[in-house]
Amino acid sequence: MIPAAFEYHRPSDMSGVLAILQEHGDDARVMAGGHSLIPMMKLRMAEVPHLIDLQDVGGLSGIMVGDTITIGAMTTQADIIDNDALAAAAPIMREAALQIADPQVRYMGTVGGNVANGDPGNDMPGLMQCLDASFTVVGPDGERSIPARDFYEAAYMTAREDDEVLTAVSFAKPAGGYAYEKQKRKIGDYATAAAAVQIVKDGGTCVSAAIAMTNLSDTPVYSQAASAALVGTSVDEAAVKAAVAAMLGDIDPVEDNRGPVAFKRHVAGVILARAIERAWSRA
Amino acid sequence: MKDEVTREERIDNLKGMGCSRKRVEDARFTQGKGNYVDDIKLDGMLFGDFVRSPYAHANIKNIDTSAALEVPGVLAVLTAKDLEPLALHWMPTLAGDKQMVLADGKVLFQGQEVAYVVATDRYAAADGIEAVEVEYEELEVLVDPFKAMESDVVLRPDTVGEDGKPADGAHGPRKHHNHIFTWEAGDKEPTEQAIGASEVVAEEFMYYHRTHPCPLETCGCVASMDKVNGKLTIWGTFQAPHAIRTVVSLISGIEEHNIRVISPDIGGGFGNKVGAYPGYVCSVVASIVTGKPVKWIEDRMDNLMTTAFARDYWMKGRISATKEGKITGLHCHVTADHGGFDACADPTKFPAGFMNICTGSYDIPTAYLEVDGVYTNKAPGGVSYRCSFRVTEAVYFIERMIEVLAIELNMDAAKLREINFIRKEQFPYKAALGWEYDSGDYHTAWKKAMDAVDYDGLRAEQAQRIEDFKAGKTRKLMGIGLTHFTEIVGAGPVKNCDILGLGMFDSCEIRIHPTGSAIARLGTISQGQGHATTFAQILASEIGLPADSITIEEGDTDTAPYGLGTYGSRSTPVAGAATAMAGRKIRAKAQMIAAYLLEVHDDDVEFDVDRFAVKGAPERFKTMKEIAFAAYNQAIPGIEPGLEAVSYYDPPNMTYPFGAYVCVMDIDVDTGVPEIRRFYALDDCGTRINPMVIEGQIHGGLTEALAVALGQEIAYDDMGNVKTGTLMDFFLPTAWEVPNYETDHTVTPSPHHPIGAKGVGESPHVGGVPCFSNAVHDAFRAFGLRQTNMPHDHWRIWRTANELGLHD
Repeated sequence: MIPAAFEYHRPSDMSGVLAILQEHGDDARVMAGGHSLIPMMKLRMAEVPHLIDLQDVGGLSGIMVGDTITIGAMTTQADIIDNDALAAAAPIMREAALQIADPQVRYMGTVGGNVANGDPGNDMPGLMQCLDASFTVVGPDGERSIPARDFYEAAYMTAREDDEVLTAVSFAKPAGGYAYEKQKRKIGDYATAAAAVQIVKDGGTCVSAAIAMTNLSDTPVYSQAASAALVGTSVDEAAVKAAVAAMLGDIDPVEDNRGPVAFKRHVAGVILARAIERAWSRA
Repeated sequence: MKDEVTREERIDNLKGMGCSRKRVEDARFTQGKGNYVDDIKLDGMLFGDFVRSPYAHANIKNIDTSAALEVPGVLAVLTAKDLEPLALHWMPTLAGDKQMVLADGKVLFQGQEVAYVVATDRYAAADGIEAVEVEYEELEVLVDPFKAMESDVVLRPDTVGEDGKPADGAHGPRKHHNHIFTWEAGDKEPTEQAIGASEVVAEEFMYYHRTHPCPLETCGCVASMDKVNGKLTIWGTFQAPHAIRTVVSLISGIEEHNIRVISPDIGGGFGNKVGAYPGYVCSVVASIVTGKPVKWIEDRMDNLMTTAFARDYWMKGRISATKEGKITGLHCHVTADHGGFDACADPTKFPAGFMNICTGSYDIPTAYLEVDGVYTNKAPGGVSYRCSFRVTEAVYFIERMIEVLAIELNMDAAKLREINFIRKEQFPYKAALGWEYDSGDYHTAWKKAMDAVDYDGLRAEQAQRIEDFKAGKTRKLMGIGLTHFTEIVGAGPVKNCDILGLGMFDSCEIRIHPTGSAIARLGTISQGQGHATTFAQILASEIGLPADSITIEEGDTDTAPYGLGTYGSRSTPVAGAATAMAGRKIRAKAQMIAAYLLEVHDDDVEFDVDRFAVKGAPERFKTMKEIAFAAYNQAIPGIEPGLEAVSYYDPPNMTYPFGAYVCVMDIDVDTGVPEIRRFYALDDCGTRINPMVIEGQIHGGLTEALAVALGQEIAYDDMGNVKTGTLMDFFLPTAWEVPNYETDHTVTPSPHHPIGAKGVGESPHVGGVPCFSNAVHDAFRAFGLRQTNMPHDHWRIWRTANELGLHD
């Protein structure tokens, strides 16, 4: 658990970050909370000759709540939990963040690191897909925005280029009921299965729904089909079953120490059904 | 008035036995002021670390260290070739086998030590490890002991004679080249006959999975050879520092007086730190070679993958009874997976530890146990993780067999236990497998437990739950886990307990200072048990000086009397007894001094709390403080000055703590998630020295039991890769996963122990594992479940429900 030697950079602004990225290309990586990257370096599974610490770069943290909610990349999970305005506007954020790791990790782990790393075990990517968030990235050619639902390509592979830095996530203030349901073996574990659900109810009928699943494929899974299965229904047992069936068509879990595929698919269904029921009860 | 305090106040002032005295260790532990091995920093200290095998079974064709030696800061790379001239490339194990210190031509498990890189700092050592080039030739991997016993693949060519047949091992003839030993207890034929003639027989085959003690502090050492005076000092995470000194002397040839072994603060052991590891040997050699101190500290993955696993027992049982439920016989066969080397830490005559306590708390007239040890491509170990030698396995076996028999009899499992408990008047009780249980009162403890949890009420609630489940009203089942365990701890009588020929007595040496305070040194070593707190309490009650005035010191072989260390709940039964006996020697001399000072005959004074008083004239007395001063400063005819004593205690028997546990669990059938609603633990550890420390021990032991029962394992794939080598996958419970525990007790003192104490640190683990497991089983009993192996993690519980058709 000793990393190979590396150069530590701590630029004070984004142009400094981009310059180092330009200079070293693949050999440089930015670090936010470090909770994914540092263990990988210690295991010598990630070789990072140039590590760029973002903590002195201004303007990357903070939560702005309006019709659009914007969260800076360096905002920690603890900041999310503590922010009452955010909890009022998008309560699913607090519910999900409270299920990430443990308090110590949440004081260091950031939203940007969580979504940018492309780890299918992370909770925020699926949540961002459920909320139809956009990620702001900045690179040598300036700033651009990438929809969360288009961001993830494979495990640790994303639409962000190597010379770009993710600076913020933003999403429209969600409406309706919500739930983030997660089964894990213990505190600090990644999900065996997790579901993020937002549902809008109008006169007893579901008018819109968004469903995303975590750690059940090599990317987070936004299930358009599962969402569609609820719209126009009263979210009765049949509709929930249809949504679960649709979701099961979109996930592709693999066996690991959490269990075999059949178990994960079964639990994914149970977790999603529970998430839908809870979200509907709050809608 | 000379005496203004009451007798009760004098008792309170001592903080002796029975007092929940706060732990004196905690001031430093809670402030980060402990002194652990990795805190030791010496001038010029070097760091050593291992190149480890990525393969579970491979020949080593070549090791090229040249590139590593070019790495800045790397000073040396040791391989087996370097150790061979010193005859240190192999070392003896505690089980009578031998183990490679560094890979000698082949590797037998993933993570095995291949080369030892010595560098100026940890970082350079890690870079050096990367640069060592090892050429491996992969061999067929055997991870299944049953397949190993049939395979042509010879794992240990060094154990095969020139005729190609397996040479006899340390425990007799071997059946196959991958077989280590067969060990038997009890009577085979009479047991077969008794079972054959019985009305009811229940059979079961269960696997007690491989797991690991996983102390918070990993293993490590600092070796420092002083070439000027020829003295070798080793600081290390040793549960048995004196034994380590003797072993080091025997294998290195350095005279024992020139070796000083120091166990500083130890962050948990649980059996992991009993044995000797290649890291110790390599660090000593590296210090001798370089003339500098050398530190070796495992990381978490090293610890989980290579040093001392626990369990890995495949247990096949048959238990027979009359139709009324009276047990008539018990048969047990174990296939024990010991990994690549037999490095179990057991007394020499007991290669399967005290597995022959597997008749448990029950009056079983005839029984037979046979254990076959087998080599596989897994890490060596087989230590007793928070239990006396293999006692957790034994208790799990019998407590599962009782449940299975209850199913076979269609009887309530609590009632079946009651029918078969050894009765109070049967003690001392000679068990069918050889042990003599010193004392017990099982029916009383059991009734107290059943009443405390309202057992009948729980069963009624469970019956309703099953109905509701069948009616589709709930998806949660309720399990009631029961266990009545009997341990065998306090090894042990030298007549039958030794390790490498070292008798398992223990010791205490006391010096009373002139002003009435004292220091006592013991042959044991605390790893968190709180010895400095509790041994001072024993002494306070024995010698009448306040516990706060008594320093307890352990772990330095230059100062502490010889002892066999701390594991197997032996500290209180053995060293605690030595402490009481040494205290009584102090008191005997104090009595003579008091009599002289009071100008009466020795027999005319009597001990009273903190003083000797003239019989019938309690106002005439000398306090122990006064006596201590007089012992040093007043010439007393016929009595040497000073007040010191030493006792080496060889216990006449083991002690047999017991307890009655109940776990109430709700299981989500659809997700496999268990929720522990209630856990009641009644422990009888005999005389209770410090109720608060006991309660802490019980909480800790139950938590490790919960871990093992519900998820903690060292799992291998077919290629011998460790699948659970980090704390992401190896379950170490946090406060979040741990339920509230209700503790309770009865007191049945040990009749042969000087203060009647029996040991308690391991009881909750021993009793807890089957209790949690039985709760899972019990939840599904109504649906036809007999046996499902631990660990009961979510997916395995889910699989049980699935196989029983509960998801249809």
